[in-house]
Amino acid sequence: MPNDTGFRRLADGARRDVTVDFDGQPVLAREGDSVAAALLAAGIVALRTTPGGAEPRGPYCMMGVCFECLVEIDGVANMQACMTPVSDGMRVRPMLGARSLDGGGDG
Amino acid sequence: MVEQAPLLIVGGGPAGLAAADTALAHGKKVMLLDEQPGPGGQIYRNIADADEDRKNILGPDYAQGRSLLAVLKRDGLDYRPGSIVWEVTPDRSVHFTEGGRAHIVAADRVILATGALERPMPFPGWTLPGVMTCGAAQIMLKAGGLVADGAVLAGSGPLLLLIATQMLAAGARIGAIVETTPARNYPASLPHLPRALRAADYLRKGIAMTVALRRAGIPWYKGAHDLRAAGADRVESLRFTAGGRTHDLACKVLLLHQGVVPNVQITRSLRLDHCWDALPRAWRPRLDEWGETAVAGIFVAGDGGGIVGAKASAIQGRLAGLRITGASAAEAAPLRRALARELAIRHFLDRLYRPADEFLRPGDGTIVCRCEEVLAGQIREHVRIGCLGPNQAKAYSRAGMGPCQGRICGLTVSEIIAGARDVSPDEAGYYRIRAPIKPVTVGELATLADEDPPPG
Repeated sequence: MPNDTGFRRLADGARRDVTVDFDGQPVLAREGDSVAAALLAAGIVALRTTPGGAEPRGPYCMMGVCFECLVEIDGVANMQACMTPVSDGMRVRPMLGARSLDGGGDG
Repeated sequence: MVEQAPLLIVGGGPAGLAAADTALAHGKKVMLLDEQPGPGGQIYRNIADADEDRKNILGPDYAQGRSLLAVLKRDGLDYRPGSIVWEVTPDRSVHFTEGGRAHIVAADRVILATGALERPMPFPGWTLPGVMTCGAAQIMLKAGGLVADGAVLAGSGPLLLLIATQMLAAGARIGAIVETTPARNYPASLPHLPRALRAADYLRKGIAMTVALRRAGIPWYKGAHDLRAAGADRVESLRFTAGGRTHDLACKVLLLHQGVVPNVQITRSLRLDHCWDALPRAWRPRLDEWGETAVAGIFVAGDGGGIVGAKASAIQGRLAGLRITGASAAEAAPLRRALARELAIRHFLDRLYRPADEFLRPGDGTIVCRCEEVLAGQIREHVRIGCLGPNQAKAYSRAGMGPCQGRICGLTVSEIIAGARDVSPDEAGYYRIRAPIKPVTVGELATLADEDPPPG
């Protein structure tokens, strides 16, 4: 199947489909996916911008080492997308720039 | 409430699983903590659930990981997946979080089997979304059935070829292999080849992978240097020079690899002595022949004590398990012989795949600390105004003070300071790593008080 996301799913019939919400957009994922893998499969590679230079960043190591994939999950900030499994109805938000003092999650 | 454990193992990869197996076989109860949801570590990630299709794609070496899973059925094992260890103290108290609750375990013996992480490969543009490690691509394949399609692979080392053959087996297209191994590494590695022949199996696999990739007609550039990735919101191209010509390859995903290095986060936080290896240019904790550290009762097994590979890691796990259960030298002898055979190829690989200088000590304009966005040139400027080592550099620019706690930039910052001071990285030193080595929330810490009797 041709695609333009840079990633392709292999056949894996055993796993149930779940839907997560990324910044208001529904993303179809599979049970057992990490949040990072689910977003990459949907072609979403940039998950945050840096606090200093506002540069886009996305998953890099996929094993919990680099902390590049930090996102807000169900209201909790600074979650590692590569270490968090998806669940149906999960709400994921990108973390843009430095945190403000009057908003954001409780992470 | 503090739990007790006669033996606590951190890490469920080959070293941790084999150590648990040996200790349990000798009647020792074991608590096994692992960050991952299932056993196998990164090398055998998802091995318990991988179907035949996945095993065919990943190859026989991966499928072999199943043999380590028998330990999970043994009596006396308290296996705790999804447990994040954030502190180990010299008196062997292990602090971790599991399912949002913090725990403290007082252990008689501890084996740290925390494995390896990818050596950083800094060059301009390596922070762009879509630029990932080859290890990340393998994890996606193993755990998520997700394959990078049309990706460009850049770097050096056996894993670069392995992931390429696995991607081919998964039916993915590979844009190109851009190999950065410097030409002079080939003659320099030759003196180590005779010894490596004792591990001829590894050499045969390397040749077979090379042949398969050649047959597939993948564009393969050798001796590539001056890498630069470009793109607006994600990587769009990789530019490099090879054979005197500059190339520009379009790519949506760029996978990097420059070998793996020991994950020393816990051993560093214990203030243990670490030795610098000029080859393979990394630190490892100083250990005795059983893997015991200078802190009695705390052992290291597997890649966390120096890169040895999956099979040797399992042997080291068994040796540590034997020592802890009071086994004799005679029981260890066959393991030591097998370990020596496995290690015979290391010098050859370390010399052949020594990273090019441009990735060890990148140019001034390259980001080295990804978290705090610190450039190599800033670190050199710190040295010019008197900075002697990585811990002082933190005060100048916050290098190493972001959420990854120096895991990604540590080696590079030490190398750059060493280069600027014209001393060895050993003399420049390394970041002082402090607990908690993984994020822990106040809410999680508060659960420690839940089980205490109410006041008054």
